[in-house]
Amino acid sequence: MAKYMRRLESVSDLEQVKQDFLEETSNYSYTVIVCGGTGCISSHCGEVMTALKKQYVTRGLREEARIIESGCLGLCALGPTVLVQPGNIFYVNMTPEKIVQIVDKHLVGGVVQTQYTYFDEASGEHIPCMDDIPFFKDQIKIALRNCGSIDYDSIEEYIAHDGYQGFVKAVTELGREGTFEELKKSGLRGRGGAGFPTGVKWESGFRQPGEQKYIVCNADEGDPGAYMDRSILEGDPHSVIEALMIGGYTIGANKGYVYVRAEYPIAVERLQNAIEVARGFGLLGKNILGTGFDFDLEIRIGAGAFVCGEETALLNSIEGKRGEPRQKPPFPFQSGLFGCPTIINNVETLANVPVILTKGAEWYASYGVGRSKGTKVFALAGDIKHSGIIEVPMGIHMRDIIYTIGGGIKNNKEFKAVQSGGPSGGCLTKDHLDVSVDYESLSAIGAIMGSGGLIVMDENTCMVDTARYFMDFVQDESCGHCVSCRIGTKRMLEILQKIVSGHGEPDDLENLKILADVIKDTAMCGLGQTAPNPILTTLRYFRDEYEAHVVDKKCPAHVCKDMLTYEIDPDVCKRCSLCSRNCPANAISGGKTEPYHIDQDKCVRCGTCISHCKFGAIHIR
Amino acid sequence: MGENTGTSAADIRLAKVRDITRRHLEKGDSLIQILHAVQNSYGYLPLEVQKIVSEETRTPLATVSGVVSFYSFFSTEPNGKHNIRICLGTACYVRGGVRIADFMEDLLKCKAGHTTADGMFKFEIARCIGACGLAPAVSIDDKVYPNVSTEDLPGIIASYYKEEEEQG
Amino acid sequence: MVELTINGIKVQAPEDATIMQAADSVGIRIPRLCKYKDIHNIGACRICVVEVEGARNLQASCVVKVRDGMVVHTNTERVRMARRIIYDLIISDHPKDCMGCFRNQNCELQKLGYDLGVDEYRIQGERREKHVDISPSITRDTSKCILCRRCVTACRDIQKVGAIGTQNRGFQSVVSPSMGLPLDTTDCSMCGQCTVVCPTGALSETFHVNRVWKALADPSRRVVVQTAPAVRAALGEPFGYPCGTPVTGKMAAALKAMGFDDVFDTDWGADLTIMEEGTELLHRLTAAVSGKEAVLPMITSCSPGWIKHIEHAWPDDLGHLSTCKSPHTMQGAMIKSYYAEKLGMDPKDLFVVSVMPCTAKKYEIQRPVMGNNGIPDVDAVLTTRELARMIRTAGIDFCNMPEAEFDAPMGLSTGAADIFGVTGGVMEAALRTVHVLVTGRPIPFDNLHVTPIVGFEQIKEAEIKFENVLPEFAAFEGVTVKVAVTSGLAGSDILLKDVHEGKSPYHFIEVMGCPGGCIAGGGQPRTEVENFRELRAKALYSEDEGKTMRMSHENPAIQQLYKEYLGEPCGERSHHLLHTTYTPRGFFNERLNDPE
Ligand SMILES: Cc1cc2nc3c(=O)[nH]c(=O)nc-3n(C[C@H](O)[C@H](O)[C@H](O)COP(=O)(O)O)c2cc1C
Ligand code: SF4
Ligand code: SF4
Ligand code: SF4
Ligand code: SF4
Ligand code: SF4
Ligand code: SF4
Ligand code: SF4
Ligand code: SF4
Ligand code: FES
Ligand code: FES
Ligand code: FES
Repeated sequence: MAKYMRRLESVSDLEQVKQDFLEETSNYSYTVIVCGGTGCISSHCGEVMTALKKQYVTRGLREEARIIESGCLGLCALGPTVLVQPGNIFYVNMTPEKIVQIVDKHLVGGVVQTQYTYFDEASGEHIPCMDDIPFFKDQIKIALRNCGSIDYDSIEEYIAHDGYQGFVKAVTELGREGTFEELKKSGLRGRGGAGFPTGVKWESGFRQPGEQKYIVCNADEGDPGAYMDRSILEGDPHSVIEALMIGGYTIGANKGYVYVRAEYPIAVERLQNAIEVARGFGLLGKNILGTGFDFDLEIRIGAGAFVCGEETALLNSIEGKRGEPRQKPPFPFQSGLFGCPTIINNVETLANVPVILTKGAEWYASYGVGRSKGTKVFALAGDIKHSGIIEVPMGIHMRDIIYTIGGGIKNNKEFKAVQSGGPSGGCLTKDHLDVSVDYESLSAIGAIMGSGGLIVMDENTCMVDTARYFMDFVQDESCGHCVSCRIGTKRMLEILQKIVSGHGEPDDLENLKILADVIKDTAMCGLGQTAPNPILTTLRYFRDEYEAHVVDKKCPAHVCKDMLTYEIDPDVCKRCSLCSRNCPANAISGGKTEPYHIDQDKCVRCGTCISHCKFGAIHIR
Repeated sequence: MGENTGTSAADIRLAKVRDITRRHLEKGDSLIQILHAVQNSYGYLPLEVQKIVSEETRTPLATVSGVVSFYSFFSTEPNGKHNIRICLGTACYVRGGVRIADFMEDLLKCKAGHTTADGMFKFEIARCIGACGLAPAVSIDDKVYPNVSTEDLPGIIASYYKEEEEQG
Repeated sequence: MVELTINGIKVQAPEDATIMQAADSVGIRIPRLCKYKDIHNIGACRICVVEVEGARNLQASCVVKVRDGMVVHTNTERVRMARRIIYDLIISDHPKDCMGCFRNQNCELQKLGYDLGVDEYRIQGERREKHVDISPSITRDTSKCILCRRCVTACRDIQKVGAIGTQNRGFQSVVSPSMGLPLDTTDCSMCGQCTVVCPTGALSETFHVNRVWKALADPSRRVVVQTAPAVRAALGEPFGYPCGTPVTGKMAAALKAMGFDDVFDTDWGADLTIMEEGTELLHRLTAAVSGKEAVLPMITSCSPGWIKHIEHAWPDDLGHLSTCKSPHTMQGAMIKSYYAEKLGMDPKDLFVVSVMPCTAKKYEIQRPVMGNNGIPDVDAVLTTRELARMIRTAGIDFCNMPEAEFDAPMGLSTGAADIFGVTGGVMEAALRTVHVLVTGRPIPFDNLHVTPIVGFEQIKEAEIKFENVLPEFAAFEGVTVKVAVTSGLAGSDILLKDVHEGKSPYHFIEVMGCPGGCIAGGGQPRTEVENFRELRAKALYSEDEGKTMRMSHENPAIQQLYKEYLGEPCGERSHHLLHTTYTPRGFFNERLNDPE
């Protein structure tokens, strides 16, 4: 929280805040950044922070070191994480005990505690400096430039990192038309999924006549497995506020809304604080920095409906209605919130905007490939060693993301597939590992860039079951407005359920395809139009798995319970009885003389017996 | 219209609902924000509460409950003292979330979406609670438990009963 | 205007036209289901999808607007395939028991299958739960609902009641009152507007057909039928007559052929209503002009949908309602007293059936105040739609019947009564009589029509100045009476807000529950004709103008009734038999105080 509020009356006041901050912090020898992202909070970074502060007071380091809490550092799987500057020393899996030693030996003693830093399995060595760690090495942080490096709660530190300069440049140099032209030149496209050029969108907002206009930030981030936007809101809320000011200025809106999903209480709290501080500084409100521009922001909280991420459903939800999408056209820029022209952008899209203006369109466009410029933030998750948040230049190969940055598959299993774009996206295979990650290349193979969820799946994943999972999700989240999606997704789910339960018929695959095509073609909104994608891509790339289920009634990955048979090999069984004692269904019988045997009618296929048999006598068939 | 002027505990709680609704209306808040605020105060949104919101906002009751029933955050049944959410988002699903959910059903003897007989826990399935890097994840109230395995669950549940006992 | 190409044909269309409208204008009929006239376009069913060149997906033609140079194909293999699958999807969640369904041969969903050439059920799966909710007026069967939400638009957006709405989401979506409550516990007005727009068997009136057949078959009962003015303007439609054809004579003939013992006309009751209501108005006005306390404006009470609505929405303002019962209950009360006496019969042995354009009247007849000594004024209410079905069941060749007349004495009526069926008609009828009573001269309007209150605007008003009054009404000399007329419950709320706040400038207000009045009542035949209100209204005005007597007080049968039985309007006996009381209600059907 800002130590004191001061109302900035002019651009030079803003500059002064920056100078003051730099001067004030120049005296510290160390900055200790404790990750305060949701991931690390759940691995108890709070206790680490408390221990750190206590030790810091005990050792009298007030003049020596600055302690800050930041947003996600990226490697959430190894949380709580701590970064010490200078040197970018990256400590992982912190505990209160370890942090005390770091204070004593590193901050006071000046010796890096290598044993607590990141351990690289490949080389068998610790890598203390963040910049040398494979996970971070190939990343380019633009949208995440401040995430994990500044105190999310300090507007002064944001300003010291050239914060609010993008706004100043827009208003004092570029003008409204100059601003959207600059964005057009940068090639920035919407990161919420559709990839629509942001500059073009803002231009249409600018050109649309209207007394009252709105700008809205879409922070609904509903894709399961994705949390990029949350990381930005938690780690760098001012970048979003600044971008909305710039957008408001450009299109002629003096009111903005941020629609955040209810599942993100921490993001809401930090954003709310940031808005209040910005207001206190005069960066929101009337006559901002003496420029004559008025702008203010409000947060609206969702209530648990995935479809509200769809922009028109989101507008209905802000208005307090059922979150059902509206028919487009009219598009929101023509008739949006309360019938007024409205521009909607995703959090990550917005986070890019201020720095594009300060550093210039050319700089931004120097990253990326073809029509996909800049970087993309991904949430890497699933069966991957280093799950977390990453930001990479467009055009990077999938293989580099999964193997170099992600460290490969967990537990040394085989890679099977990666799902990009959440429930609207597609599953890619080994054959696609060398695909360039950009809008065009991904859609050419039936997947989408989507909002940035990347779920990696290992050999033990059943692709039919995965398709069933996504269909279950969309059918559960369908708003029910249109027939194609309301009944169509239900019927597709039923067919998939039939297949995974071993009752599939040869016609089912054909019927799935027909349904998928018609639903794609006729659903009213993006949810229904993209809902069949996971099925279509798995049908295309994993057809043999479907056929195994339908024809042979087998689940090759041993996931679909109803098709599994657990059997004891009497020749291997040592009759130790461990399995039968642990079987929850009392399905195993046998004795010293009689070989152990599983009663298939009683077995509920829980897998407990396998994990208890020390002799490997139990098999799945 | 039909203002509740009684003084029983129930009446006082309902009067508070009316109050909250009015305050948020004055601020220009939308129906959803009002419902959030009311649910925070009352705990859930039964018919009598929706009626008050409907009256005060001059929105037809069927429209109010149309909104309530659309969003999964709004509940028309009382919640448990603690709210367990087992994540079955993609990351957690892939990392075995279903096993956690099945185990929890057995452990609590309660189906997902319902409250345990003793009113201690409401147990729900969530779609990503944002701890995907630490899948499978479970949240209880505001606390997230990362990398949960079935072995951890009995201990976690027991800790809430213990806390309950300690508080008397 | 823009120019587009549909199936190779160049089409000119206004800029804000939809593709469907443009196609309609050149005779290309795109199938449709959820859309309803111009009032409901939500793009929900997706049956109307067409191919638009350049668009990635098929486009819903009922909502997508035309663009200059657009090239549209409405009948390609891709389009036909999509429509077939969508239809299959819809009926995969539908009972499909057409032969046991009252909408058989009259169902938009069924007809759509016929139009699409559907010849088998190809998709199966879980269906939504069947839930049947029977209120006194409306029956809902959720299993037949296709979620087009026309009813929600009718109830929430047009009537501004909002008793029903979409609940839940996704496959669990259902159109229902709050939390699945029965409709009769809510503030539903029973107006039936939802049943008129519903394309399927999901919403209907609560049938009285069987109880009427039963009464007709019972030799111990004398079954008396009366028909409301609006019925004759629409009953022809189910038999193929063009909208707006009056079929009074055929209707009377059919009723006789069905075996009703007396075929009466509710027009008689309407004339009686004017005598009572006009007198009540004069009493209130007299009190007011002589400085005594009087509740003004007085508001008409002949529309039971409106009555139920005001009891829920404006429970503090019931004093403004005229205490007159509605025409058919007045007539029922007279049948079971005056006419029973004439016949020398025990009223218990009479069974009165009202044929009405209205669903609310089914609810009205079971209000305890609508009867005498525990005997209801009316025993059954048939809607126009139900009567049409009964005529069919009876095997009557409606179109080829010779016409017949209503029976005496309650078949005789004036033109004033005919126009009760259209918005503004009750007011006009009342003013015709009141003006004569006060001044001795007919009302000074062309052809007796009070033109400012004729038509279908939401709120209409008029002023009548009394000049050269009769000596007994001296206090009225120079007094200007201001009146307002509205139809549809949305309009009533606008007028009642002022009444509630004591700001209403009017002396007399007519409210009809259904937009346009009873000609467009909740029990009338469903029609695709856009201007059906105008056409049916014309039918009633022509009935009015075709009569020699056009003012209620001229009706000799009514004069005879007062002479023989009632004495004077608003007298002791009238008060007992023809006037009623109201019940303040809140949300749900809960009574706020003063139980009936
Ligand atoms: C079903 C569905 C869900 C969506 N969810 C999100 C979301 O959670 N966040 C988001 O920013 N965009 C989401 N979108 C995309 C938005 O509709 C919209 O395109 C986007 O917010 C525009 O911002 P952008 O141009 O900056 O990407 C979703 C779209 C659909 C169809
Ligand atoms: S596609 Fe699905 S989510 Fe979108 S409007 Fe239709 S039913 Fe609703
Ligand atoms: S799989 Fe489970 S139920 Fe089946 S035999 Fe093994 S332990 Fe028992
Ligand atoms: S645990 Fe293995 S070895 Fe022991 S009884 Fe069971 S199958 Fe045999
Ligand atoms: S509603 Fe229509 S389609 Fe459905 S059963 Fe009745 S007649 Fe058949
Ligand atoms: S339409 Fe077909 S199914 Fe229906 S009654 Fe006739 S023959 Fe039978
Ligand atoms: S009868 Fe009238 S008030 Fe009742 S639900 Fe139907 S439209 Fe609404
Ligand atoms: S009840 Fe009838 S009108 Fe209403 S949504 Fe269902 S099918 Fe449509
Ligand atoms: S307007 Fe006519 S049809 Fe409608 S509720 Fe009133 S009396 Fe019935
Ligand atoms: S939350 Fe701490 S590294 Fe992601
Ligand atoms: S998928 Fe479980 S926390 Fe994201
Ligand atoms: S008629 Fe066009 S979507 Fe239903």
